[in-house]
Amino acid sequence: MNPRQAAWIVGLVALIALPFVYRDPYHLHILVLILIWSFAYTSWSIMGRFGLVSLGHGGFMGVGAYVTALLWNHLGVSPWIGIPVSMLAAGVLALVVAYPCFRFRITGHYFVLVTLALSGIVLQVITATRDYTGGSLGYTPNRTKGSQWLALQFDDKITWYLIALFVWVMGLLVWRWVDRSMSRYAMEAISDDEDAAAAAGVNVTAEKLKITLISALMTALAGALYCQYQMFITPDTVSGISVSLQMVFAVIVGGLYVSLGPTIGAVITIMLAEILRIGFGTKAVGWDNLVYGVLLVLFIVFLPRGILGSLLNLRRRVGWTSS
Amino acid sequence: MESFLEIFDIYLVEAMINGILLGGVLALLALGLNLIFGVIDVTWICYAELVMIGMYGMYYLVQYYGLSYYLSAPLAILLVAALGALLHYLVIEPLLSGPPINQLLATGGVLFVLQSFATVAFGIDFRNLGIRLPVLQFAEMHFSYSRLLSFGAAAAGMTVVYFFMKRTYIGTAIRAIAQDRQIMALMGVDTRRIYLITSALGGALAGLAACLLVLQYDVHPFVGLSFGPITFLICVLGGLGNFVGGFVAAFLFAEIISLGGLFSDLEWGYVLAFAFFIVMMFIRPAGLFARRS
Repeated sequence: MNPRQAAWIVGLVALIALPFVYRDPYHLHILVLILIWSFAYTSWSIMGRFGLVSLGHGGFMGVGAYVTALLWNHLGVSPWIGIPVSMLAAGVLALVVAYPCFRFRITGHYFVLVTLALSGIVLQVITATRDYTGGSLGYTPNRTKGSQWLALQFDDKITWYLIALFVWVMGLLVWRWVDRSMSRYAMEAISDDEDAAAAAGVNVTAEKLKITLISALMTALAGALYCQYQMFITPDTVSGISVSLQMVFAVIVGGLYVSLGPTIGAVITIMLAEILRIGFGTKAVGWDNLVYGVLLVLFIVFLPRGILGSLLNLRRRVGWTSS
Repeated sequence: MESFLEIFDIYLVEAMINGILLGGVLALLALGLNLIFGVIDVTWICYAELVMIGMYGMYYLVQYYGLSYYLSAPLAILLVAALGALLHYLVIEPLLSGPPINQLLATGGVLFVLQSFATVAFGIDFRNLGIRLPVLQFAEMHFSYSRLLSFGAAAAGMTVVYFFMKRTYIGTAIRAIAQDRQIMALMGVDTRRIYLITSALGGALAGLAACLLVLQYDVHPFVGLSFGPITFLICVLGGLGNFVGGFVAAFLFAEIISLGGLFSDLEWGYVLAFAFFIVMMFIRPAGLFARRS
């Protein structure tokens, strides 16, 4: 076992032990949110790191959250079935939009704008079907009495923390799996030069679709989890352009090309948002977002590799590479 | 049954004409975005938010300072033009040599900044100019005067831009840069200045759109989200940077929204337009008028 693996295991054990030692409900709540969003951001970065910048992930997340909640409320389907169904729905949506994009070589700005349209569509559909989804006022899954595994509803934060932790670790494992697969080399070749990659025998469309599908499925799961945890969703918090942008920003802030980058991004952006929210209080609505937005722009202008990415780059330049 | 059909037809014609009127403003927005993209090769994700600021500008000039509408309009256009130039100078220019995706995301950050700035400065209340223009009645069809005015002004604005691009030296330089970025710098054209002028021009178009939209819609910090995405769709459908394509696509979309809204809610009109967009992506992925390679 090398020191790197040992550090991972120690860190993981510490994270599992944490809620049993430290029980402040507010801090646990923030941690659960950070874990769920970290998972969502990691899902985004799985395709984002290969230059497939999608602003449609707000759409996938919205599908994940709303399909799960709608199935539970209207048909009484347990989230244990509802979540896979919602992931399937997001996957189909991803394929329907992504296939023509990849088949006809829609890249760069075009791809960003087409996916942007996707999150716009999901937001509008949720708002338009207000008879079922509650429209922009939001939607609450029916509550069960107390904690129930079948309904995936828990009153205590510790269970949620452990679920979120588990899913987050799974997300990192998928990231790692993609990182070590042939797909990674294929995708890197594609993002450098699509024609050259195709000429070298890479099935460009299939590889891109595979990565997009994995990313969309995971994002839908994140949306469903967020819904089950918060028990209240609105079109603006789980879908639409702002959620998509939020994902991209967090990943950029943390670092796009390292496995823990999206997580660091989630930690920084969520903590920042919370600190600003509490700091400014209720007397100044909007100030927190204003500072947040300015910081994001500064980040993209001055630190495009992200915090973790820049630190690792610095370390590499100084000379003690570990990996 | 007979009379039902008659009423239906009248509504249909009314919806179609209203679609054309809506198309004018959408075409104006698409023109501004296409101009920026065609020349600087950057997509301003925050374009609709510039319009939102312009609408607030109009609101304050008219309601707070008591200026007349026609006096406020040029001021609001100047304001947004300055904002466009500022956006280019502060955010886009430092990123021009970086990866294109960063420019796009930076303007996405500006979207956040402008939205929250509006929330901080103007609050989240819905505001309107308080100007109620009369409704015109023509053969049992109703058209709001504000829409007619918008269409006329949008058409005039686009004509002015057309002649500016065709007849002036700077316009020619802008079109030349859109064709070949590197060569123009070698020809002794100051690309930085042209970029700045283009950004100001794009801003001015957003400002004009703001003056027209404020007549029909209430202003609030998130109003940009209700026509921002549709503008991007129009530009992509027409082919990014393709002025004629954007123009045609704007009217196509406006008709779909207007006719779709006739049968159900306006939101379903939008959903229909989005669906149409995705189908078109299968058929003509590089835009309506793209030449097949």
